[in-house]
Amino acid sequence: MSHRPEAHERPHPTAMTYIAVASVLTVVTVLEVAIYYIEALRPALVPLLLLLSATKFALVVMFYMHLKFDHKLFSALFVGGLWLAIGVIVALLALFQALIR
Amino acid sequence: MQQAGALGHSAEAEHTSTGLNHRKLLMWAFLASDCLFFGSLIATYLVNRGRSLVGPYPHEVFSIPLTSYSAFLLLMSSLTMVLALAAVQRGNAKWGRVWLLATALLGIHFLANQGYEFNQFAHEGLTPRTNLFGASFFTLTGFHGAHVTLGVFWLTSIVVISLFRPHTISPKNSLNVEIAGLYWHFVDIVWIAIFTLVYLLQPAPPVGG
Repeated sequence: MSHRPEAHERPHPTAMTYIAVASVLTVVTVLEVAIYYIEALRPALVPLLLLLSATKFALVVMFYMHLKFDHKLFSALFVGGLWLAIGVIVALLALFQALIR
Repeated sequence: MQQAGALGHSAEAEHTSTGLNHRKLLMWAFLASDCLFFGSLIATYLVNRGRSLVGPYPHEVFSIPLTSYSAFLLLMSSLTMVLALAAVQRGNAKWGRVWLLATALLGIHFLANQGYEFNQFAHEGLTPRTNLFGASFFTLTGFHGAHVTLGVFWLTSIVVISLFRPHTISPKNSLNVEIAGLYWHFVDIVWIAIFTLVYLLQPAPPVGG
């Protein structure tokens, strides 16, 4: 049984990077709330909010949880569970015809 | 401020079949399973939304400014959490404790907001037994709040234990903080999803309702 070092890991970001990510997260949250209140954007509300939410989700997972820098197996494990969860949500919505309401 | 080769404990070669630290691997496996847990609760909420026969309805009770502020609190707590890990990996236990306590306090503030929100809803007649919205909303956000509560206890216990046994947050043992951090960030990303799917994407008010 081989004992491989974690050669795929890279150094974690600096504190300044973490603060920059937090700034972006704050701006995106402000944008989300602003979009919610802008009546003219109502038709595009769902795709816009889902896109912004996914951006925040990805930033936290990649930079704060270090998946961008850690071993790929961690990413595979988590993303596998995440896709299953998304599959469950979409399947249940389709099953109960909630997507077309 | 470069964090001197901050690969963390897990970067060391582990004597495991994967070469990876199994505690960290286990935490990622748990988080993957927790994705399914919250995925099911979110799906249940979405399936039931707009199907309540009696009020109060979401648009009548939700306070977007309050929940936006709560979302901001959790995002900032993720920042303080990652700064705590960086400090511990640098060997700065004092700042590690400061950032960990800040994270726990932000979590407590979030929980206080949630308690206030739940109390307001109860005053407006919305409880888990009122309608489908109440049942699925309180189940989803209640379980999230329970996760935050557990996280607060976890972070606080790390700080308290480190006061008596400083080596528990030494750079060599930074994995203790890293694993707690993974859990905390997960709680944050779940709220990112809940904030959008539950609060911002509300169904249209019922016709005649």
